[in-house]
Amino acid sequence: MPAYTLTVNGERRTVEAAEDTPLLWVIRDLLNLTGTKYGCGAGLCRACTVHLDGEASFSCQIPIAAVGAKRVTTIEGLSPDRSHPLQQAWIEEDVPQCGYCQPGQIMSAAALLARTPAPSDDQIDDWMKTNLCRCGTYNRIRSAIQRAAAARADAKVGTRSDAHDEEPSHG
Amino acid sequence: MAEPIDHANAAPAPADAQTTRPATAASPDLRRRDFLQISGGVGIGLIVAFALPFAATREAAAGPEAAGDAAAARATGAMPASELNAFLRIEPDGSVVCSIPKSEMGQGVLTSLAMLLAEELEVDWSKIRSEHAIANEARYGRWRTGGSSSVRETHDAYRRAGATARTLLVAAAAERWQVAAETCRADRGTVVHAASGRRLAYAELAERAAKLSPPAEPALKPRSKFSLIGKDLRRLDTPAKVDGSAVFGLDVRVPGMLVAQVERPPDLGGQLASFDAKAALAVPGVVAVFEIPRGVAIVAKHFWAAQSGRKKLAIRWTPGPHGALDNEAIRKLCTAAVEKGAPVRTEGDVARAVASAGPKRTLEAVYDFPFLAHATLEPMNCTAKVDASGCELWVPTQSPTAAADAAAKILGIPADRVRVNTTLLGGGFGRRGDSDFVEDAVHIAKQMKAPVQVVYTREDDMRAGLYRPTGTNLMRGAVDAEGWPVVWEQRIASQSLLREKGWPTKDGIDFAAVEGVKNLPYAIPNVFVSWADVVLPVSIHWWRSVGSSQNGWVTECFFDELCRLGGKDPLAARKHLLKDHPRHVRVLEKAASEAGFGKPLPKGHALGIAVHESFGSIVAETAEVSLDADGTPRVHRVVCVVDCGEVVHPAGVRHQMESGITMGLSAALWGEVAIEKGRIVTTNYDRYPIARIDQTPRIETFIIAEGDAMGGIGEPGTPPIAPAICNALLALTGKPIRRLPIGRVTHMT
Ligand code: FES
Ligand code: FES
Repeated sequence: MPAYTLTVNGERRTVEAAEDTPLLWVIRDLLNLTGTKYGCGAGLCRACTVHLDGEASFSCQIPIAAVGAKRVTTIEGLSPDRSHPLQQAWIEEDVPQCGYCQPGQIMSAAALLARTPAPSDDQIDDWMKTNLCRCGTYNRIRSAIQRAAAARADAKVGTRSDAHDEEPSHG
Repeated sequence: MAEPIDHANAAPAPADAQTTRPATAASPDLRRRDFLQISGGVGIGLIVAFALPFAATREAAAGPEAAGDAAAARATGAMPASELNAFLRIEPDGSVVCSIPKSEMGQGVLTSLAMLLAEELEVDWSKIRSEHAIANEARYGRWRTGGSSSVRETHDAYRRAGATARTLLVAAAAERWQVAAETCRADRGTVVHAASGRRLAYAELAERAAKLSPPAEPALKPRSKFSLIGKDLRRLDTPAKVDGSAVFGLDVRVPGMLVAQVERPPDLGGQLASFDAKAALAVPGVVAVFEIPRGVAIVAKHFWAAQSGRKKLAIRWTPGPHGALDNEAIRKLCTAAVEKGAPVRTEGDVARAVASAGPKRTLEAVYDFPFLAHATLEPMNCTAKVDASGCELWVPTQSPTAAADAAAKILGIPADRVRVNTTLLGGGFGRRGDSDFVEDAVHIAKQMKAPVQVVYTREDDMRAGLYRPTGTNLMRGAVDAEGWPVVWEQRIASQSLLREKGWPTKDGIDFAAVEGVKNLPYAIPNVFVSWADVVLPVSIHWWRSVGSSQNGWVTECFFDELCRLGGKDPLAARKHLLKDHPRHVRVLEKAASEAGFGKPLPKGHALGIAVHESFGSIVAETAEVSLDADGTPRVHRVVCVVDCGEVVHPAGVRHQMESGITMGLSAALWGEVAIEKGRIVTTNYDRYPIARIDQTPRIETFIIAEGDAMGGIGEPGTPPIAPAICNALLALTGKPIRRLPIGRVTHMT
């Protein structure tokens, strides 16, 4: 089986995997980073969202062979200590219910804020509409994104050097 | 057989027995695993610690074996905490750990039950941690999470457990100081002796307190002294849910663990004829392929290898015996049965009232409701390990004791040799009350002699059956000369949950099929309700709000149809016919005023309202709806008013209402499991859409809690939303919606 060297959350990791193995299963089963979730395996739920060079991407739809040198950021790498404004806002707004979709929601939202620091509700809806939540936490997701955007504006944070330094988009 | 998790017949767990009944002593081998720590972390540490409270509250009570075990544990330094009772232990650092024998599936039970414990224990909320208990029938009774019962069934038991612990800690301090216990009091994690100003932290007292005899009837705090109950505290499980560290079933990593998938017959009732595993076994990482009762198991080193091997499997299935079955055929079977039902409720004389009303003032209608999938975002899964000492499970289940029974039955061992670690549940909604995924995991782990995680793919999960039942209603109603409804006739035909689950029915009536109809609250003089069972080859299960999920829709929509026939305003008519139900009227009035009934709406918008009682709570909801150019309904705003009696955690109530409403809205707009040519063809979220953020309305929830008996929270939000939407559409278009889902609109982009 071919070996691949990936950069995941800033660490270089080498794994052996069949070339069609989706990045999702590399992350979850070979690297044991279980924060990134499997929901549908078909590009329909976004529970599997990670950042590839800052772009929000469906990890279930990307074979490992296609990752190349792109830097992978998972929920575990978003911040070392839940200090990302979105994580803080998620806690403040008590967003999660079962919580299963939430890593994917937060990773999508992080890519949105990196591109659109002060999104309108419509922009939030438009960006987040492919992230499914069976527990119906959407009202609070919207509030939490607004809260994080406001907190960032207050703190005038604009120079994070982690996953959001590049222009992101939905992959 | 599935664990009965439903409400009405489910006896409350004997949760107050924990202080008096000794626990069953588990085998030493199982005990040692109490201290097992599984470390699967790479980079970011993922530690799943299943540290167990000692199985015996008081060592002596559990016999010498348990005492010996505890001594051994102490010798190895593995006894960090003092267990005050089955629900509470105190760590040396003063933190308090609550062991909760109810499953956290999003409803916040790890928080709300911990609030009850902490309230009586007198400890700062910041000191509280909460985790699932290890299932133990002798200690906690049957562990079922369902019927919106968790808080209301066990409310007092949890408070008593907290109060017992507090009393023991005070007693331990009094003993240390040689003063009367009455002169000491508990105060935020310490005991104080006011006269001398002395103070000791709980952590210093816990070991001694754990050895004292618990009081028979501990004094509970008066309501006026509550400092936690009724407050909007933050959930305890949130931090782990925003950084990826929360452990759901699929996140369990046991050393040496394999991953399995199960290929099942494509046809309903199909059987395995033969299979050839050669090509599958040639896929790198595939370890074994063999038959289990539900199909063919593919066991591999990880998910993708199992999936790749599965694609290479050559299987021949015998066709199922239901080749012509589809949704339309099922509808016909229900329609054929609908006149043959047994009477459920008879009041007045329907035939005479219909005759005197005449055809102009009589209305007949057929209402159909479809199979629904739970579609939890985490698909079904279970991790099992089988060895000489017994079996260990790591599983997101609503019914750990039923899971233990299922494993024990397969293995031919007593259920107390099955240790069940309940992980977080990525959604439940009733689905995880069944143990099909546990059975699969145990069958496979038994053969593999290694821990195995069975994963249902999304497709497996959706096709696995256990749906909300389908059915038909033949409705007839009539209004009098003034337009007031005077006849309500409802003939129901639906697949019986109770029969399928092997539960006893009362007088041949499935209470789950008629809930909300049998007790229809409207003052209508002539009522006839009947129910007929329809046997279908599709398995069914409890689905959020059970019978009320369809009956709330049928009754509240047909009520609006009758109002239209009689020229009555639906809100005014409800209030008029609910005069003897002041709680119903109260939620209706509040919802209508918050939603702005009677005020002008944007052009093309209409309001609908519905009220329904289930699980001891009464909920009114309004929906403001418009239609897109292509006919897609758009729900803009929902107002929800819930009367659930006493409230422990108001934010939890609001969030559960939002959740129930969103799930009910998805079902109303798009929910239907499709069957074609004897097969389930709904396999993923493209064919089974659930609401997205841009399709979810603004939801405003108001709670009425005025000390009435505590009602359920997890389910009652769901029933009123479908009729509120349909009633708004009726107001908008003049056309009733008599079949769900409302519109199958392709909306996934
Ligand atoms: S798991 Fe990748 S989109 Fe659903
Ligand atoms: S919180 Fe349960 S799926 Fe989103």
